[in-house]
Amino acid sequence: MNNPFQMPWLLPAPVDFKARAKALANSASPDEAEARRLAAFSLDLNELDLLGKVVRKQKEFLAAKAGFTPIKLGIVASHTMDYLAAALPGTGLRHGLVMDVVLARYGQAAQQLLDPGSDFAAQRLDCVLLAFDYRALGLGTVRIKRDDAEEAISAAINHVTSVAAGVRDIIKATCVLQTLVAPSDPLFGSLDARIQGSPRAMIERFNARLLHDVAKEDDLVVDVAFLASKAGLDCWNDARGWHKAKLPASLDATPLYADHVCRLLGAARGKARKCLVLDLDNTLWGGVIGDDGLDGIALGQNSAVGEAHVALQRFLLDLRRRGVILTVCSKNEDATARVPFRHHPEMVLKEDHIAVFIANWSDKANNLREIAATLNIGTDALVFLDDNPVERGQVREVLPEVAVPELTEDPADYIGLLANAGYFEAIGLSGEDLARADFYQANAERVSLEKVGNLEEYLRSLQMVATISPFNAVGRVRVAQLINKSNQFNLTTRRYSESEVERFEDDPSKFCLQVRLADRFGDNGMISVIIVDKAPTEWSCDTWLMSCRVLGRRVEELVLATVAEEARNAGAKRLTGTYIPTKKNGLVVEHFAKLGFSKTGDLPDGGTSWALDLTDYVAPELPMQIMCTNDPGCVTNAV
Amino acid sequence: MSREEAVARLIETMCDVFDVDDLKFRDNMTADDVDGWDSLSHVRFLIAVERQFGLRFTSSEIDGFKNVGEIVDVIVQRATL
Repeated sequence: MNNPFQMPWLLPAPVDFKARAKALANSASPDEAEARRLAAFSLDLNELDLLGKVVRKQKEFLAAKAGFTPIKLGIVASHTMDYLAAALPGTGLRHGLVMDVVLARYGQAAQQLLDPGSDFAAQRLDCVLLAFDYRALGLGTVRIKRDDAEEAISAAINHVTSVAAGVRDIIKATCVLQTLVAPSDPLFGSLDARIQGSPRAMIERFNARLLHDVAKEDDLVVDVAFLASKAGLDCWNDARGWHKAKLPASLDATPLYADHVCRLLGAARGKARKCLVLDLDNTLWGGVIGDDGLDGIALGQNSAVGEAHVALQRFLLDLRRRGVILTVCSKNEDATARVPFRHHPEMVLKEDHIAVFIANWSDKANNLREIAATLNIGTDALVFLDDNPVERGQVREVLPEVAVPELTEDPADYIGLLANAGYFEAIGLSGEDLARADFYQANAERVSLEKVGNLEEYLRSLQMVATISPFNAVGRVRVAQLINKSNQFNLTTRRYSESEVERFEDDPSKFCLQVRLADRFGDNGMISVIIVDKAPTEWSCDTWLMSCRVLGRRVEELVLATVAEEARNAGAKRLTGTYIPTKKNGLVVEHFAKLGFSKTGDLPDGGTSWALDLTDYVAPELPMQIMCTNDPGCVTNAV
Repeated sequence: MSREEAVARLIETMCDVFDVDDLKFRDNMTADDVDGWDSLSHVRFLIAVERQFGLRFTSSEIDGFKNVGEIVDVIVQRATL
């Protein structure tokens, strides 16, 4: 079974986390982006401790220069909260907070909170968390008589009411309450739910009264009971830890518990995210609209994948109803990207729900900046939902302040990952919240993008390895598949069957290549196919296609360098190519021009023909490692 | 599991939990010998050891540990069961 306390929307901490955290703690000129990156990992108690040291040592910098909001939290508890207290400052960074935590000695609630002369009163706390255990509140043993049960609950409520009043009136801090977690062990069995004096029933009644009677509008409530039930009471409750050290929960639950406290405090300080940026292909629907078409994408239709995407869209619409701004950022032709919104019967989201709609081929970090600027919010208010790990990686790298949930390969998991990450934690629901999405909608305009950014550096960080080889039996099926399926990055859209591809393998008049690309996120598999017709002085490109997944990675330049070198070695002087337009390949209309070809003519069907003088051509330096198999001719000047 | 292997992995855990870089391990080492080993980090340490070695100490074992050597004894004994 999965660890119930895991936070799978966060990336696991890297092996060098410890070294990086220490470097940051001791840095004379700390890096804000590094602080955000470190906090965005899933961290255990030791790692949170190290990050907490960063907060302690770099407090001034983080609060003054890096846009984190300081907050001083007091904790008053009936049990050991030291582990939670230690985990909070590191976790706080994840939610935009620079936290200072003051822990009262346990069992000192009344003394600390009701005496204006107490240590606590002198601390100038912003918030005080009141953490009580059901045992300490007298709800741990059964009350057989109904009146006794009522009395026990009232006594517990009265106690919490009076210390909460102390927090508000004497400490003058925001009061943070918690619901009580029930014990996992039944006394009667199912009957516990019906006997008013069973610990479980008393705790349930206590929680109801806490929420309705004790909690005032300005108070915050951490619903620990819900958190524990999500993880499972048997996992949350830890008898041995209670007996040994009065631990309120399994120690392993601490990072998750801390995250829930911090997201709530962050929300109270205006740090909750405001806007969700959505990818389209394989995120809002299954498949690629540009390749699969309106009929080919998976959306609804009783398929598990299609229904998962519909469910996600329903959830997103609910988020919008509660005030979260929805936007789109997709690598697509704008017209293609809008087709499902306009014409697919199962689309839940419509263009009207999307405040900013960006579909283009430039890098997503730039597009995210543009979205934030258009909405007049910070990039730290964005959440970016994208199934593609490379896009997620690029955004994390360039914009570490954007929240980027890690996704699984299964769209059925998307709602859970998005919902449980707590990006849109709220402390109340106002009319303003409900109107927000419409407000931004009205103000947002279509955007034109300026293209900046240090892509080159990013591409190098991908540690790409390209493998080039001639057509062969091993790749045949996939080559034929790409030839028959690729629509967008496809210069001529010529379709060949598997047996034709097989004949090309040994055809001396053809030069054929298949290209695979791997990077630090994994193997993209075969992503490009080229078929060139050889003539003594001139080689001409019959087929040139590439998967859009690796767009902008300079693979086409690698292909050109490989073909050019081989052609030159064979004595050719010119390399030519044609662009044959289709409804779907507008993306590559400038393909040959971008690679330095000169236009040599216009074709009757709207196409263009191009030529490159091989004597002048110089291969570029490329940010990838290149492997050649079966020596199809290979560039050597790449790094 | 050999005692040496258990000790090597235990040192790793201790370095992580107590945030020390270099630890001169001996069997009769106690909390007094390590900066950062206090009653709080002690519980964290025991839980980290459990995770590292995939075992669970009983309440009486937890109450009984006098030094790290005794923790190693339990680890080795459990591993050979």
